Amino acid sequence: MSKNIKFLGLLLTLIIIFIILLKGLNVSKDYSNEKLKSKIDFSLNAKKLFSDEIINISDLFDKNSSSVVNIWASWCAPCREEHQFLMKLKDMNINIIGINYKDSPKNAKIFLSSLGNPYSEVIIDNDGTKSIEFGAIGVPETFIISGKTNEIIKKYIGPLTRENLIEIKNLLKKNA
Amino acid sequence: MSNYLGNYSLYIALIASVYLIFKSYLDANSENKYLDKNFILITSIQTIMITVSFFSLVAAFVISDFSNETVFNNSHTLKPLFYKVSGTWGNHEGSLLLWLFVLSIFLFIFLLNSRSQDTKYKLLTILFQQVIISGFLVFILLTSNPFKTLYPIPSEGLGLNPILQDPALAIHPPILYLGYVGTSIIFSASLASMISGNIGDKWARHIKKWVLVSWVFLTIGILLGSIWAYYELGWGGFWFWDPVENVSLMPWFCLTALLHTVIVLQKRNSFKEWTIILSITTFSLSMSGTFLVRSGILNSIHTFANDPSRGLFILSFLFILILMSILIFFFNQNKISNAAKENFILSKETAILVNNWFMMFFLSVVLVGTIYPIFLEVLNGSKISVGPPFYHNLLIPFLIPFLIFMSFGPSLKWIKDKLKKFNYNILIIFLVSLLISYVILTKTENSFLLSIPLIVLSIYLLLVTIKDFFVSRSSISQKISHFGFSLLITSILLNGLFSNEFNSNMKVGDERIFNENVVKLKEVNVTDVDNYKSLKASFEVTNKNSSFALYPEVRIYQQPLTITSEADIKTTLFSDNFLVFNILKDDGYYNVRYQYKPLMIWIWISTIFIGFGGLLSVIRKNEQKY
Repeated sequence: MSKNIKFLGLLLTLIIIFIILLKGLNVSKDYSNEKLKSKIDFSLNAKKLFSDEIINISDLFDKNSSSVVNIWASWCAPCREEHQFLMKLKDMNINIIGINYKDSPKNAKIFLSSLGNPYSEVIIDNDGTKSIEFGAIGVPETFIISGKTNEIIKKYIGPLTRENLIEIKNLLKKNA
Repeated sequence: MSNYLGNYSLYIALIASVYLIFKSYLDANSENKYLDKNFILITSIQTIMITVSFFSLVAAFVISDFSNETVFNNSHTLKPLFYKVSGTWGNHEGSLLLWLFVLSIFLFIFLLNSRSQDTKYKLLTILFQQVIISGFLVFILLTSNPFKTLYPIPSEGLGLNPILQDPALAIHPPILYLGYVGTSIIFSASLASMISGNIGDKWARHIKKWVLVSWVFLTIGILLGSIWAYYELGWGGFWFWDPVENVSLMPWFCLTALLHTVIVLQKRNSFKEWTIILSITTFSLSMSGTFLVRSGILNSIHTFANDPSRGLFILSFLFILILMSILIFFFNQNKISNAAKENFILSKETAILVNNWFMMFFLSVVLVGTIYPIFLEVLNGSKISVGPPFYHNLLIPFLIPFLIFMSFGPSLKWIKDKLKKFNYNILIIFLVSLLISYVILTKTENSFLLSIPLIVLSIYLLLVTIKDFFVSRSSISQKISHFGFSLLITSILLNGLFSNEFNSNMKVGDERIFNENVVKLKEVNVTDVDNYKSLKASFEVTNKNSSFALYPEVRIYQQPLTITSEADIKTTLFSDNFLVFNILKDDGYYNVRYQYKPLMIWIWISTIFIGFGGLLSVIRKNEQKY
C-alpha cells in the first residue's frame, strides 16, 4: 500500500470519527419514554393545597415566560432526594408549580414545612387525573412548559439532578 | 480583586503564548545555533502568570470569596480548609486551570532540563507545547472562565459535592493530571524530533525520563481514583469499567507500551516510527479522556457539566492536534533512517514487541467498550451499556498467553538469545505453583474452567518475578515493577474468586449468619459533626475464635443536602471485611451490605510497587546500564 493511500485512509477514518462524535455531542440526553403531549389543556380546574380554593390552572402560568411543573408526593423517596434542587431553582427565581400526586394534604404540608416550599403554588391531584393530563406516568416528574404556546418543552422522568439545574435554567432562558 | 488578577494573568499568558508560537516557528526555520534568551524569559513570565492565576483561584476558595461564581457554586464557609483548597479542582473550570498550570510548569522544567539538546528540536517542542497551551487558554477564557464574577455577592456558597470530600480524591486529580500532561511533552517532543530528524538512542534516553514520570503519575493517579471508589463510593470493588475509569486506563496501556518501546529505541536504535506513533496515540488518548469527561457526551458520575459548546471546542481542538501530528508524521517519515537490522525471534526486542501487541489489544478492547455505545446511539439511536462482562470475556482469556510471555520475555537477551538447556529451576517453580493452585482451588466451589490456568500461571509468574530478584541481570526498577504487576494480577484473581457478600435489611439487635460469622447490629448513634449529621452504626462480627467491631456511617450533609454512606472496612493482610448501611424508611430498618474480600490491600500495595519501580528508574542514574 502506498504512503498516500495510507494517509488518505487514515484521514478519512478520522473525519468519520469526528463527524460521529460531533453528532454524539448533539444527541439529546433528555430521555422520555413516550412522545410528549404537545399541548396542555388549560381548561382544567384544581384545588389549591393551602387555601382549598378551586382555580383554573391557566391562572398559575405566567403568559410571558416559561414555568416548571413538578409532580411530587410526600411518600415518594426520590422526591425527597430531588427537593434540594427544586429549592435551588426557587432561589434562581424560577416559577415552580407543584402538583401533589395522590397524597394526604396533611402529610404534604408537613413535607413542605420541614424541607421548605419551593412552589409558587401547589394544586391537589388526589386521584392522579391531573397528572395524567400532563402525560405523567409516575412521581417525580418535572415539566418545562412554555407560557406563550402552552407546549411542553421538556420532561424529566425521575428525580432531578444537579446537572439538570443548569439545563433547566438554560431552557427557560431560551424559551423566555 | 483576586478575580481580576486571575483573569488578566490568563490574558497575559495567552499573549506570551502567541508570541512564543510565532517566535519559535520563525527561529526553527532559521539556522540559529543557540536558543534566544527571550524564550526562557517569556516562558518564565507565562509560567508565573498561570501560576498567579491558579493560586488566585485557590485563594478565592480559601477565603470563600463568593463574588467568584466558581467558588459560589462549589464551596461553603463551613467546609474544612483542606477541602476548600481541593475544591479548586473539584469542578470543571478549576480542573482545567489545573491542567493549564501543570502544562506550563512541565514546559518550564523541560526547558531547564534539555540544555544539551539540539536547538531546532527544542524550538519545535516549544512550538507544539505552546499550541497546546494556547488551545487550553482560549478554551478556558471562552467557555470555562473560573473567574466569572457575581453581583450582588452571595453570603453563602452552594457547597462542594460531599462525595468529593475525601483525601484520596483531593489529590487524585492533580496526580492524574501530572500523568496526562506529561504525555503532552512526549507528544510535542516526538513531533519535534520527527521534524528535526534526531530520533535515535540519544533522544530516547532524554525522553525516557518524561515517559517514566508520566507513567508513574498516571499509575498512582489511577490507583488513588480506585481507592476513592472503594472507600468512599462504597461500591465494594476497585474497578467498575466506568467510562471515565476507562479513559484513564487507555493512555496507561499506551504509555506502558511506549515505556517498553523507548527502551528498545535506546538500546538498539530501532522501533523509531512505532515510538512516534505510540507517543502521538498516548497524548491523543489523554486528550480524548478530557473530551469524553468534560463534554458530557458520556453519562457518568464524573461528568461535571453538560455543555455542548465545550465539547465542540475540545473535539475540534483534539482533531486539529491529531491531524497536525498525522501530517507531520507522513511528511517527515522519510527522515527516519531505519538501518535494516536483523531481528531474531528469540530476543528481547521481540518480547517487547509482543508486550506491545498485548497492550494494543487490551487498549482496543477498552476503547471499543467505551466509545461503541456513543457510536451506536448516533448511528441507530439505540442505547446500550457495556458492562463488566464484556471486558471480562474479552480480556481474561488473553491474560493466559500474556502471563506466559511475561514469565520469560524480560529475561531474554538483546539481539539474539539461545534456547537454553532445560532449566530445572523453572520446572520446580512451575510444580510449586501447581501445588499452591491446587490447594487454593480446592477451597472454592468456583468451577470456572479458565480460573485454573489463570491461577496457576499468575502464581507461577509471581514466583518467577521473585526469583528474578536473585538471578536476573535486569535493572532493579524493572524487577520491582514486574513483581508488582504479577502480584496485582494474582491478588485480583484471588480476590475475584473468593469474594462473597450478603445483603439484608436489619434493625437494631438483629443478627445474621454469614461465612460462619455472626453479624450483629448493636446500635445506631446520631451526632452532629462540623458540616454534617452523622448516623454511626455499631456492628459486631463474631466467629469461633475472635470478634471485631465495624462502625459504618451515614452522613447527612446540609450544604447541599446529600446523604452519603461511609463504609467501614476492617483491613487485614489477608482480607477486607466491608460493611456499608443505608437508611431505608423511618421504621427502624437499615439496609446492610456485608462483603468479604480477600487480599484487597494487596491490590493497592502491588500497584504502589509498580509505580515505585518506575520512580526508582527516574531517580537512579546508573539505570542506563541495563
